[in-house]
Amino acid sequence: MASIVSAPKTLDVAAIREEFPILRQRVHGKPLVYLDNAATTQKPRAVLDALQRYYVEENANVHRGVHSLSGRATDAYDAARETVRRFVNAADAREIVFVRGTTEGINLVAETWGRASVRAGDEIVLTEMEHHSNIVPWQILCEARGARLRVVPITDAGELRLDEYERLLTDKTRLVALAHVSNVLGTVNPIADVVRMAKARGIAVLVDGAQAVAHMPVDVQALGCDFYTFSGHKMFGPTGVGILYGRRALLEAMPVYQAGGGMIGRVSWERTTYADLPYKYEAGTPNIAGVVGLAAAVDYVTRLGLDRIAAYEHELCAYAMRALDAVPGLRLTGTARERGAVLSFVLGDVHPHDVGTILDRDGIAIRAGHHCCQPLMTRLGVPATARASLALYNTREEIDALAASLQRAREVFE
Amino acid sequence: MSADLQDLYQEVILDHNRRPRNFRALDAGHKAEGFNPLCGDRITVYLTVGHGVITDVAFQGSGCAISKASASLMTESVKGKTIAEAQALFERFQQMITAPADAPVDDLGKLTVLAGVRQFPVRVKCASLAWHTLRAAANAPGAVVSTE
Repeated sequence: MASIVSAPKTLDVAAIREEFPILRQRVHGKPLVYLDNAATTQKPRAVLDALQRYYVEENANVHRGVHSLSGRATDAYDAARETVRRFVNAADAREIVFVRGTTEGINLVAETWGRASVRAGDEIVLTEMEHHSNIVPWQILCEARGARLRVVPITDAGELRLDEYERLLTDKTRLVALAHVSNVLGTVNPIADVVRMAKARGIAVLVDGAQAVAHMPVDVQALGCDFYTFSGHKMFGPTGVGILYGRRALLEAMPVYQAGGGMIGRVSWERTTYADLPYKYEAGTPNIAGVVGLAAAVDYVTRLGLDRIAAYEHELCAYAMRALDAVPGLRLTGTARERGAVLSFVLGDVHPHDVGTILDRDGIAIRAGHHCCQPLMTRLGVPATARASLALYNTREEIDALAASLQRAREVFE
Repeated sequence: MSADLQDLYQEVILDHNRRPRNFRALDAGHKAEGFNPLCGDRITVYLTVGHGVITDVAFQGSGCAISKASASLMTESVKGKTIAEAQALFERFQQMITAPADAPVDDLGKLTVLAGVRQFPVRVKCASLAWHTLRAAANAPGAVVSTE
């Protein structure tokens, strides 16, 4: 990793912005200020070029053809798996399964590990800050199995109540599933502590890493979790591709997910055997171009350095919190000590949708709504929030534009 | 503020948002719930009908300024009308808010203030939620409708 050692200590954000063609455009005559990165990030030239190059030079089906192109496509696909393994520091590339995204990663575990391991009377522990995609698959599983969900409460600042969490862990608990970083509150959960307490009772842990991987270094072995899943498109990669990391012993033991080509060993009318890891969970022609693009995104953030990205975003987030705090009537929802660059807020009586529309006319893209976290909205006592979520290409000038536009939004409704 | 924002957030709309009319529950008659699952807006429309005429209409719920003002203006516009007249008004309203920005604006009385919504296609569902819910209340009392 000599390139990282010799690279500058801080990010050259002006140069980074040049690498994202979409950021050059104007919206309603104003420069685009893209602050909806928790929904999806923009894509750098390196990823766009990798997708283009794949289709122009390498496109073929993988693990099928005897011809050269198929070999090259297969090499690119397999190399991407190793790239991702290094990225999250998994022990073995066979622990990396390509899926459509975080949602599919969670559903895969619920439908395979869950159906094999969860019985009537068992419990699954979630937290109040989970995204619907980390609630509903478990709800469906619990309904099917006669198991039940237990929910770890959060504090008003948006931090997990670890004392309550520990109380919820019993010999009925089969799984703890939680977000690494909340997509609403920005809270960074203490995953290593959560895992340690679960492991002390032999309980499996699944981590939804969708909001983490683009913003901080992730080491699945250091975290100690059993499953870790994330989406490519929230970390500068293409849509429709994501990763499920699973500990090898669990992946070996779990029943198959979808069935079809690529996941079989031998098929006869009498019986079918299944492929070894990781292909066992990758039925059908995979999203090869997406996987290649995801690997390019991993290379991109690795080159910049996740530590440097985290440091830059931390500083920018602190600046943004001060700027938003200075807007009269604005209340931040989520003020955890350990936090990522996601800022949710309510602006007096102004509904978040109206805030979103007014900001949009200033070229500023934020998200307004429940953020797929309706139970969390209920906990916070609001129907919706507005959310600005940052990424490595955002600047202080953009935060200033956000604060000024929020000020105007307030004046409209005064 | 830009001209299109001024069109959208006219004083009348801001006023109906701040002080929605007929913002209450009705004990008798029909009722339906409407949801916009994308944004979490929810509304309940109450309706009393006698001999095919809407004798009273009210709503409750939470939503953005556009959905609240639209619901409020709707209740004022349909009271005293027959169900068929209200339905016809809904169709003209829907046309008005989805027409191209440069198309002439139909005169729908006080509802005309919502014509600015047409410049904000993502907000059309906010403006039409109350009307969909009204129709559901008239057709199938107790129904739940969704914009999706």
